[in-house]
Amino acid sequence: MKRILASAVLTLALGTAATAEAGQTLDNIKSKGVLTCGVNDKTAGFGAADSAGKYAGLDIDVCRAVATAILGSPDKIKFVPLSAPQRFTALQSGEVDILSRNTTWTLGREAQLGLLFGPTVFYDGQGFLVKKSANIKSAKQLSGATVCVQPGTTTELNLADYFRANKLELKPVVIENLDEVENAFFTGRCDAYTTDSSGLASTRVSKAPKPDDYVILPELISKEPLAPAVRQGDDQFYDIMRWSVFALLQAEEKGITSKNVDAMLKSDDPDIKRFLGVTEGNGKSLGVDEKWAYNIIKNVGNYGEIFERNVGKGSPLKLERGLNDLWTTGGLMYAPPAR
Amino acid sequence: MATATTMLPASGSNGLQRFGLWARANLFNSVGNSIITVLFGALALWVAWSIFKWGVIDAVFVAPNMRACQTAGTGACWAFVGEKWRFILFGRYPYEEQWRTAIVLVLLFGMTGASFVPKLWRRETAYAWVAVLIISGVLMWGGVLGLVPVESDLWSGLPLTMILSLLSMIFGFILAVFLALGRRSNLPVVKLICTAFIEIMRGVPLITILFMASLMLPLFLPPGFSVSKVLRALIAITMFLAAYQAEDIRAGLMALPKGQFEAADALGLSYWRKTKSIVLPQAITIVIPPLVGNLIGNFKNTSLVSIISLLDLMNTTQVALVDPNWRGLTSEAYLFLGAIYFVACFAMSRYSQWLEVLLNKGKRR
Repeated sequence: MKRILASAVLTLALGTAATAEAGQTLDNIKSKGVLTCGVNDKTAGFGAADSAGKYAGLDIDVCRAVATAILGSPDKIKFVPLSAPQRFTALQSGEVDILSRNTTWTLGREAQLGLLFGPTVFYDGQGFLVKKSANIKSAKQLSGATVCVQPGTTTELNLADYFRANKLELKPVVIENLDEVENAFFTGRCDAYTTDSSGLASTRVSKAPKPDDYVILPELISKEPLAPAVRQGDDQFYDIMRWSVFALLQAEEKGITSKNVDAMLKSDDPDIKRFLGVTEGNGKSLGVDEKWAYNIIKNVGNYGEIFERNVGKGSPLKLERGLNDLWTTGGLMYAPPAR
Repeated sequence: MATATTMLPASGSNGLQRFGLWARANLFNSVGNSIITVLFGALALWVAWSIFKWGVIDAVFVAPNMRACQTAGTGACWAFVGEKWRFILFGRYPYEEQWRTAIVLVLLFGMTGASFVPKLWRRETAYAWVAVLIISGVLMWGGVLGLVPVESDLWSGLPLTMILSLLSMIFGFILAVFLALGRRSNLPVVKLICTAFIEIMRGVPLITILFMASLMLPLFLPPGFSVSKVLRALIAITMFLAAYQAEDIRAGLMALPKGQFEAADALGLSYWRKTKSIVLPQAITIVIPPLVGNLIGNFKNTSLVSIISLLDLMNTTQVALVDPNWRGLTSEAYLFLGAIYFVACFAMSRYSQWLEVLLNKGKRR
């Protein structure tokens, strides 16, 4: 029933929004002088408010990068907090210009809902957290184990699929509330706790009595590429969004940071010259200022800086780079040439 | 206490003696009851002591983060409230401008308190309300008098909760009076419209109406034309409250003796004159308890707007809780939140009891 309703709502959304907004998103943003960005306000590291009410997080910084590319400033931005059921209709109806809200890129969402996803900004996947003392080395050893899981998301379904596919016996303990499910695991109610690995890492660091007593198993049982999305119909805006994210990766690959970007302007590397707009051309092709990439890196930082300050070593979450490292250092982050 | 037992029950002169006698008559009047009293008394004491120990003795009042709290003490971590109270109360409203929302809060609370005093039920108070609402609007929005403009999307915390409850209360009540009169009207079209509105609103949960207002409405509006989320939520809550209050008022109208209507007609009063001077004052007095019950419910209902991502008091608390430096302090956060809601609701409830006695003085026999 829920699904029928949801698709009815979304079909409506598609019908009205697609015709009305075609090609106008970028013009609207420029004429208003502000980028409206749909975000999450309840996921630490990706989108959350600090004690002074300012939003911070990886998804927030992606929005800032796009705003900087188009409008030249990371502050010409209006954040709209969205709940999970609101997010796609908000994008479709034009309430937000871009959705940067730890959203998994899937075929259904892209084709059926009329969205376009940008490059993946975080590769996540469902994993397991267990006690070190239990001496479990692989998820395949979890047969018969009680597993704490939150209901209602794909997490629960992935868990059941994985156990069935590997012919393991599953005893799920399903608890709705995040705090309760974590407490249940740490008080020994379950042998393992499963959710996205970024969530596991933050749980381990912030909630475990002694973080070192717990390990995350190596298997990831699902693919959760989190990416920003825009609605179909304005390809130029989509290109700018895409290349704003690629710029973050490109800068890290070339060793350009917010601190050394001014010095890099004098670099002899033709790639860097083109990238930072010393050699003109890229900005004109995209329809933005020639200094677009320079402005992004100067104001927001490269991908490595964003990662470390929001979810990595410089944050309370302490996530490893893992899949989110550059392709040159064993990860999946890869930007096409900016020329 | 040996002497106390020899005294006659009614002559217990001090409170302790009277309590002793009452306890013996009610709590220790048989062996079974005595055992139950002792057991449950001990349990109650133990629970009270544990809460006190957790909340006060073992509690940590100053700490830089949750981990420091845990090492400093095993009890409550009130340092969390110390760190986050401003966010919980004022949310995303720009930090440097929060004095403006603080003034709005004081104005709104002061005005609400003043309106509670029967001596101030005068036309001037209504004018003062209009003035306060205009001043509040200026302070909240800014953009004039050198105040930095603040979009309504950034209104949050207690000011948002207060604005939503107060405005829905005011507009909802006015709408409710007309709906109630309309439903009792002799004009068939008016009656049909009012009845349909009331029944539809009462037949749907508030959360559905909020979702409609936040998800469906933007799809039907022309692009570029948007109604702020706060306004959408306010309209939804107002309509919902109005439907319920209309039914309360209708009950008051029906409870009014027919003679009152007939007497007014016999005097040749017009419909509006009759309604304003004879019918409504009496009808509304009768239904004060359910009306206040609705208002209390409405105040708490505003917390549902957190579902559509409006940062009301409830939602700012939830957002404050996701800070990784302060994870897992749900008990402290919700106790703080609960205390705010309790004070407001308890005050309203006591006031309505007092008001009821005051207004019914003439009717008591």
